[in-house]
Amino acid sequence: MFHYTIRRLLVAIPTLLFISLILFLLLDFAPGDPTAQLPLTIPPEVKEKIRQSLGLGEKIHIRYLLWMKQFFVNEPLHLVSELTGWSVAGDSQRVLSWQTRSPVVDIVAQRMPQTLWVVGLSYLFGVLVALPIGIVSAYRQYSWFDQVGTFVSMVGFSVPTFFTGVLLIVVFSVQLGWFPSIYDTTHRVTDWSSFVVQVKQMAMPVAVLGLYNAAQISRFMRASMLDNLNQDYVRTARAKGLTERIVLLVHVLRNSMIPVVTVIALGVPTVFGGAIITEQVFKVNGLGHMLITAIQANDIPTIQTLTFLFAVLIVLFNLIADVLYGILDPRIRYD
Amino acid sequence: MTDLSDSLSSDAGSGPRSHWQDVWDQFKVHRGALFGAAFFILILLAAAFGPMLWDLDPQYIDIRARNSGPTLAHPLGTDQLGRDTLARIMAGGRASLAVGITAMLLSLVLGTLIGVISGYIKWLDGLLMRFTDLFLALPLLPLLLVIILLFRDVLRAQFGPEAGIFVLVVFVIGITSWMQTARIVRGDVLSLKEREFVLAARSIGTPWHRIIRRHILPNVLSPIMVSATLGIANAIITESALSFLGLGFPSDFPTWGRLLYDSTDYLQQYPARVFWPGMAISLTVLSVNYMGDGLRDALDPRIRGR
Repeated sequence: MFHYTIRRLLVAIPTLLFISLILFLLLDFAPGDPTAQLPLTIPPEVKEKIRQSLGLGEKIHIRYLLWMKQFFVNEPLHLVSELTGWSVAGDSQRVLSWQTRSPVVDIVAQRMPQTLWVVGLSYLFGVLVALPIGIVSAYRQYSWFDQVGTFVSMVGFSVPTFFTGVLLIVVFSVQLGWFPSIYDTTHRVTDWSSFVVQVKQMAMPVAVLGLYNAAQISRFMRASMLDNLNQDYVRTARAKGLTERIVLLVHVLRNSMIPVVTVIALGVPTVFGGAIITEQVFKVNGLGHMLITAIQANDIPTIQTLTFLFAVLIVLFNLIADVLYGILDPRIRYD
Repeated sequence: MTDLSDSLSSDAGSGPRSHWQDVWDQFKVHRGALFGAAFFILILLAAAFGPMLWDLDPQYIDIRARNSGPTLAHPLGTDQLGRDTLARIMAGGRASLAVGITAMLLSLVLGTLIGVISGYIKWLDGLLMRFTDLFLALPLLPLLLVIILLFRDVLRAQFGPEAGIFVLVVFVIGITSWMQTARIVRGDVLSLKEREFVLAARSIGTPWHRIIRRHILPNVLSPIMVSATLGIANAIITESALSFLGLGFPSDFPTWGRLLYDSTDYLQQYPARVFWPGMAISLTVLSVNYMGDGLRDALDPRIRGR
């Protein structure tokens, strides 16, 4: 198992490096000049010096290496010195946002909690709803519950989150006035009533994302249960005289969870991507919102950092899914 | 004489049956799929011929009739500039469906090409599959947004504001959604090329390109068709998501996502306005997904027997 994990880890590193190279080259080859916004009164030789100071005069491979040093050496050092109080980083160069002139990683750290709360809760909610629905619809295949469940998951899968979000806003904030349509990030939970406000403002974004995830996962759960229900070991278990409860919830469920667990792990990065839209609908100022504003403001360092962070998430959860698969299914380990 | 042959061919199991007849028989059983296919064709027809029947110009600004509710002159009402919503939805459908179908075709061509090459040519297999894995590890939505931001102005200058964005959106959706098709096609090609009929074709000296065209491609058609339906749904959703984030088509060029995005500004006053474009996207994607579901069942010989 250890060797298996190490091997997966070693594959992940070149993948990430290559992705970072692609992102770097994409942003570099793109037309557009970071000094184009400067006033025209600046003389050309000064402008050239500004370009030099931004590191634009260097050869492309030098710039890529410098960016890597900034991102993989300086930023972690700064993180360490902030967490522990040691001054290991010195005054080394950090990745600065062109919008705010403050380090991108600091802004990411500020925006992260909102995204994690909304995305994490909605994913948890989605999984908790999806598993029982998948189990019951597979067990009672073609019953009315299964028909309704399949239809609802098909709808949840097909209706894009930006439409469900807007619909929920129309119904629950405009018509009924139950929930606020805008997420207030400055809200602090101090007592019961402020906690209720927090729950209210999280209800709709979590419901939108949760429904979308539940739809996908319940389909997987149902298919995986159906694959297992007709197998010989289930017949054996029934023939031994085990109760249906034990057959279903111990024997079948454990085996059908293997692919579902990996699907759940693989889905996490996609959910972060999908959160970009949901955050835009409900004006949650999380990472997705940060990316959109950075894109609109042409803030290349922020865009680069965020896209790379999303890539890291994908590679990391692919790794987790692989390792989980190895733990759950011993046959995978020995290839 | 004709009576006899008719009764023979309609008698199940007696006459020779073609593959596609079997597929159609199975497809008919799946009610949702049949309904989805019918509805999708209806939407296609409405987008193609609707503007001829309802010939109001979607760009025509009638400022005195702005923000009107459903009336006889404007069955779905008008927007804040008095443009007719029905005409705009049909024009938006043209754009959204055109983007969806073209992007799907591009991703199918790419996916099939890479799948066939890596399944058929052994020494390219490893390289191309690593390449596919790499693409699967890219953060697609952020990347799409970045590509559109970076190359929007160049392509606009090159092809004009609408055609430029069209080319860009189709291109980025196409090159970021071919991976699943490539994987499935590769798997099928790998097993097909060891089969006897391919061996027989090779032994009589058939050149490789004809083997691929005559023997391999027709046999990988089923997974490609299923990917096609899923590809349309994916492309329509991605295009409307991009428009919804304000990075798609310009405002005077309606697509469903753009209409939805523009209507959200008037959410408080005219909530009905977001309903129609949103419904159009959702119903189209839903019908396409049902169609794909039925097609997958119909093309799977293991299910078809039952």
